Amino acid sequence: MLGDSQKSRPLLFLLLLVLAIAFLLPIFIVFMNSFKGKFFISDEPFVFPGGDTFVGLENYTSGIQKIGFFSAFGMSLFITVFSVAAIVFFTSMTGWYLTRVKTKWSSALFFMFVFSMVVPFQMVMFTMTQTANVVGLDNPVGLLVIYLGFGSGLSVFLFSGFVKSVPLEIEEAVMIDGGSPIDMFFKVILPILKPIAITVAILNVMWVWNDYLLPYLVIGTEYQTIPIAVQYLKGGYGSIDMGAMMAMLVLAIIPIVLFYLFCQKYIIEGVVAGAVKG
Amino acid sequence: MQKMIKKYFALFALPTLLAFIVAFVVPFVLGIYLSFTEFTTVTDAKWIGLSNYVKAFQDQDFVNALWFTAKFTIVSVISINVLAFLLALLLTQKVLGRNVFRTVFFMPNLIGGIVLGYIWQLMINGVLYQFEVTLTSSAKYGFWGLVILMNWQLIGYMMVIYIAGIQNVPKEQLEAAKIDGASNGIILRKIILPLVMPSITICLFLTISNSFKLFDQNLALTAGAPSKQTAMLALDIFNTFYSKAGFEGGGQAKAVMFFVMVALIVVVQLGITRRREIES
Repeated sequence: MLGDSQKSRPLLFLLLLVLAIAFLLPIFIVFMNSFKGKFFISDEPFVFPGGDTFVGLENYTSGIQKIGFFSAFGMSLFITVFSVAAIVFFTSMTGWYLTRVKTKWSSALFFMFVFSMVVPFQMVMFTMTQTANVVGLDNPVGLLVIYLGFGSGLSVFLFSGFVKSVPLEIEEAVMIDGGSPIDMFFKVILPILKPIAITVAILNVMWVWNDYLLPYLVIGTEYQTIPIAVQYLKGGYGSIDMGAMMAMLVLAIIPIVLFYLFCQKYIIEGVVAGAVKG
Repeated sequence: MQKMIKKYFALFALPTLLAFIVAFVVPFVLGIYLSFTEFTTVTDAKWIGLSNYVKAFQDQDFVNALWFTAKFTIVSVISINVLAFLLALLLTQKVLGRNVFRTVFFMPNLIGGIVLGYIWQLMINGVLYQFEVTLTSSAKYGFWGLVILMNWQLIGYMMVIYIAGIQNVPKEQLEAAKIDGASNGIILRKIILPLVMPSITICLFLTISNSFKLFDQNLALTAGAPSKQTAMLALDIFNTFYSKAGFEGGGQAKAVMFFVMVALIVVVQLGITRRREIES
């Protein structure tokens, strides 16, 4: 019966177990095929490797070399860490500022940030790439600025919503004690914003780490992130090397799964909090 | 106090604002303007009025992508939300390993669209191979492939939001209803559904906008094959810009219409479901 939580149910458990296995199956199949010769993958993906078809780590070594996996990993890590750090640092200040300073201008600005959340990337795809070229942001460091700008809508919105629930008295007390707004923000407000900062960080990590089109258009294939490298494996080599592809898919998934297992609690809570407030 | 803070605009708001102007405001305004011009780069634009919009609607690929996207969005939004809600109902019961199941179902959501596309290309082609066809033999395989992929990716995410909503339903209310002899169906319709309306609003919003704007998964799974029949709007816009020389204006007009559609759908959907939240 709904909402009834008195006894545990073996049938329900079995049903969920079957579903969970079905959910994990695709990842397992990819993992299994990453040890098979490239000609045995498309035809019989559901057969275990063995005998002739087992090639050990060959797909991994050839894949890593073909797409420069480790430099792609480094690039993804660099872009994700620094752009998310920039987003959290700058948009927390902006979210607080726009909530506390109530003028025509700050309201208009806030409206623009919220408005940007409904604009799909394709709308600004071409013109943003051109603008980035003109102002010299078409490099990995410039990309951080683009991410800050394009990611600021949701992040400012989330911070601002949270600041509204922080009582003004705290800030007034600091002011009476003679603290400057800079002290006040970094010593008093920022620690209070920690829960929402985690949410903002997680939502942006999930976006930036997996983003394909934005870095591809802004800096091209010169500095490849993992999604660009994986896509390049298909595009750059005529007929696709399925073995290398499987191995690279596995390597692309491993960091995400590790991140997830370590920060699971924060991720699920962060996603729920972000969704509820967004 | 407001006056004190206001003086620090340059520190607190300016860095974000400058990045926002470069990455969003300028490209957005320029995008609207360029959709009425003929251009290859931003500097050689020539005003041509509405012809780009007329051309876009005469483009069979665009019309086709619009229908494909609409059908895909309807089918995925319904299937994802129904399945996610059912899973959430199951996972709010007392059952062994509840948190482990929640963890497993949520995980695919963290994997990026390009990687997801290739995972499912392998799976679906593996099954279709038994019938001697592939994903790109017919548009219907690509369509259902995308629906399956999208379900796999988003069910766990929506489930987590529904679980949070269902856990907010007061226990006393459920028990009172049971004592009064209400059936499960009645409890679901009259108590749980109205109280999880806010979660439904959010989940509909997230699934509609994610499905309608889908790009990476589409590119990796079928790349539009066979012959652009499975290209969704975002991919069609990308193709217009980058694989047809001289169609940049048309691409930008499509992009503006894409934006208007997304904005309208979001506003209408939020309007309808928010009203139902208030009523209940």
